[in-house]
Amino acid sequence: MTEEKTAEYFASQQKEISVSQFFEKNKHLLGFDNPTKALLMVVKEAVDNSLDACEEAGIIPDIEVVVKNVGDDNYKVSVKDNGPGIVKTQIPKIFGKLLYGSKFHRLKQSRGQQGIGISAAVLFCQLMTGKPTKIWSKTGKNKKTHYFELLINSRDNEPEIIKQEDLDSPLIKEHGTKIEMLIIGRYRRKRGIDDYLKQTSISNPFAKIKYRGPDGKTIIFPRTVNKLPKAAKEIKPHPYGVEFGVLDRMLKETKAKSLVSFLTREFSSIGTKSAGDICKIAGIKRSVLPNSLKRNEIKKLLAAMQKVKVQRPPIDCISPIGESEFKKSLEKEYPEAEFVTTVTREPAVYRGTPFQIEVGIVYGVGEDKPVDVLRFANRVPLLYQAGAGAIVEAIKETDWKRYGLKQSLGNLPSGPVIIAVHMASSWVPFISESKEAIAPYPNIVKEIKLALQDAGRKLSSFLSGKRRAGQQKRRLQIFERYAPEVARALSELTGKKQKEIEKKILSLTRKNIKIEDSGDGNG
Amino acid sequence: MDDVIKKLNKLGLSILNDIENGKNPSMEIPIRSLSNVIYDKKTKQLTLGEKKLKRHFFNVAHSKKFMQTLLVAAFCKSLAEEGIHTSIRDMYYNLKRSFPGTKENTFDEQSESDPIIVDLEVMLDVLREQLRLTTDRKGIVAGNVIIKDRGDTINWAKLGSGGWSIPSTVEEIEFKKVDADFVLVIEKNAGFERLHEDKFWKKENCILIGTGGQAARGARLLIQRLSREFGLPVYVFTDSDPYGWYIYSVIKSGSMSLAHVSDRISTPSAKFIGLTISDIYKFDLKRCIIKAREVDIKRAKELLNYEWFQKPEWQKEINLMIEKGVKAEIEALSNRGLRFMSETYLPEKIKNEEFLP
Repeated sequence: MTEEKTAEYFASQQKEISVSQFFEKNKHLLGFDNPTKALLMVVKEAVDNSLDACEEAGIIPDIEVVVKNVGDDNYKVSVKDNGPGIVKTQIPKIFGKLLYGSKFHRLKQSRGQQGIGISAAVLFCQLMTGKPTKIWSKTGKNKKTHYFELLINSRDNEPEIIKQEDLDSPLIKEHGTKIEMLIIGRYRRKRGIDDYLKQTSISNPFAKIKYRGPDGKTIIFPRTVNKLPKAAKEIKPHPYGVEFGVLDRMLKETKAKSLVSFLTREFSSIGTKSAGDICKIAGIKRSVLPNSLKRNEIKKLLAAMQKVKVQRPPIDCISPIGESEFKKSLEKEYPEAEFVTTVTREPAVYRGTPFQIEVGIVYGVGEDKPVDVLRFANRVPLLYQAGAGAIVEAIKETDWKRYGLKQSLGNLPSGPVIIAVHMASSWVPFISESKEAIAPYPNIVKEIKLALQDAGRKLSSFLSGKRRAGQQKRRLQIFERYAPEVARALSELTGKKQKEIEKKILSLTRKNIKIEDSGDGNG
Repeated sequence: MDDVIKKLNKLGLSILNDIENGKNPSMEIPIRSLSNVIYDKKTKQLTLGEKKLKRHFFNVAHSKKFMQTLLVAAFCKSLAEEGIHTSIRDMYYNLKRSFPGTKENTFDEQSESDPIIVDLEVMLDVLREQLRLTTDRKGIVAGNVIIKDRGDTINWAKLGSGGWSIPSTVEEIEFKKVDADFVLVIEKNAGFERLHEDKFWKKENCILIGTGGQAARGARLLIQRLSREFGLPVYVFTDSDPYGWYIYSVIKSGSMSLAHVSDRISTPSAKFIGLTISDIYKFDLKRCIIKAREVDIKRAKELLNYEWFQKPEWQKEINLMIEKGVKAEIEALSNRGLRFMSETYLPEKIKNEEFLP
């Protein structure tokens, strides 16, 4: 006989789970699905964090990455930057609390978006090895270095400080942060740390990255530009891109005293007139207090916001790599390339969110095989889910035969070619939380295709020039091959010296290789 | 200086002149394609029109042929200077070599050097025979004729069963005695054997020439010389089909592929003695006819359109062939008896002058 269970019993079993506990069970959602990827993700989160910190503080980044095997599958990963450093009280929260950060609540182009990244890496390492993460940070020349050893209390999603000291240490010269983690993983070169750093160097031409890998060799990815890019500006959400939950939260948090002023203050592109129109369509008084709205009123408001014609969001808030900077980067990383071209499109908008597409094509690298695709989102290389997303879709849908590459219908083109695509946006729509592929919204795919076509045209004119040069060379070889026989025959026919005739023909050859061929010379 | 040597030398100098003036070296060659072949009603011969093309050295499509043409020209000059002949096959092997450091040859096949010889013929207005290039012997002759060839005296009446093989170059043959009333040219070797064994040439006092299919240049030149130098009528005897009739037409008017030498090797006065389609019905050879194939009819229709077949007699014969869909071989006459051809058919046709023009 089964004992009957009461609602009270169930209530005693039900408890809140923290976000840390959730991710503890769902590591794959953050990208830590296998040992190879886990090692990469730890490096990636730390480097992305460092680059964001430097850029926001207006510091040209100098980053050192060391990955060392410390026995079996254990790796010690350390990443050191010359960023602004972190004030002592903030350090535990930034590294020891998931979803803590300044990036989630605002709309501004940045590498991380949710504030999950670095603390997820800390949590993951802790789960694998039980060891704390070590952090050194210094905010100025004459300041102390704050040293922490941290774990995350996954039940409360709170940092647990194992050790804290303030040191006089020469480790960090002026300012910067160093993080050191112990992790169980697997190292590989392809689509691993090496590729990630190489591509990061391409999309961040202003960063210098020094890397010592498990093999003990040091690779330096130098900077090709000595200037930080134009800083990305924070923008307010656009009415066309807002969702119910966000709107609900904004209504609760706003300081505005009326619905009209809420709309004009908290959103971009809404003026007093369109704010009034929205209220009218939603059937809500314009003077009503924003946080007094009921659920069904919020629904009506949201629907009205989609109906009213407003201007697109401001688009100068985005910071692209830049056409010439992108080109220099690619030329630096692929010195063997015969040709590099880049295209930066004008900014465009999807669902009320501004974005900008950049494309680079590198020719003459490797074999005649399906092209290599490098995908970037807000300067971060996307290494996994290589077959998915807007970028690959756009490349496959482009007719590359028109630009001189081989392609079977609906596939990637073939050739000794690398195609690099970067999407910069105040909010990049990823397919999943592990941020590995960009969602193929029609406007995004269309913009990528236009950029690819632009770059394709430049590739095609290079290739036809190359073909012409190849033809010229073949022509020259043919004439030079026949010249001695012609000279000999002419010498026999005329009695003149063969060597002299041959010399004259050869000197004419260079002059005549440009003559167009025609007819077949048949009698 | 020999005329041929002079012409070859002139060709070399004009190309050298181009080179010295910084021009793209070129040679001008009359076009030999059908579009430039014209039937001259006055001379009753095929001849080349005025169209010419330039072959340049600095043109990838021409360059190799340009080089090959000069190699053949230089080779011919050395033949002329040394006063010797050689076969076109020997020439091909003599000039074949590979370019240093490559697998490419000056010539890969004889089929590349043969047309170059014809190019030189039309370009310099000389005959291949004058360039001292020979081809395989083809054709046999018998009759009451004595000739001198490279110092030897040969009597065409005393060569037993074989007859005399006609060389590719007959220009230098000297006729010592020609005793004949006409020349009978027969297309088939078997037919030649029959008439030779029956001593047809002795009985009818003629010269008998077997061409063994399409007449070679040597045979055609020999026929022309006998007609021109001794005023002998020439009768041509072929199968009754479009190919046989075209053999006759080549002997009489020249060929399309060698239109440039028609005037020097064709015989416009030649007449066609047989076999005609009418003969099949006249001599009751219906048992021996062959059903014409589709290609035969197609070729017959082409002949109908040629200007030099526009005579009513020919139009009637060809149309009869198309209408009945039949053809016949010379050998069909043997159905009336083995000697019917030599004792009845040919003598009667000649006596009654039953020829097609």
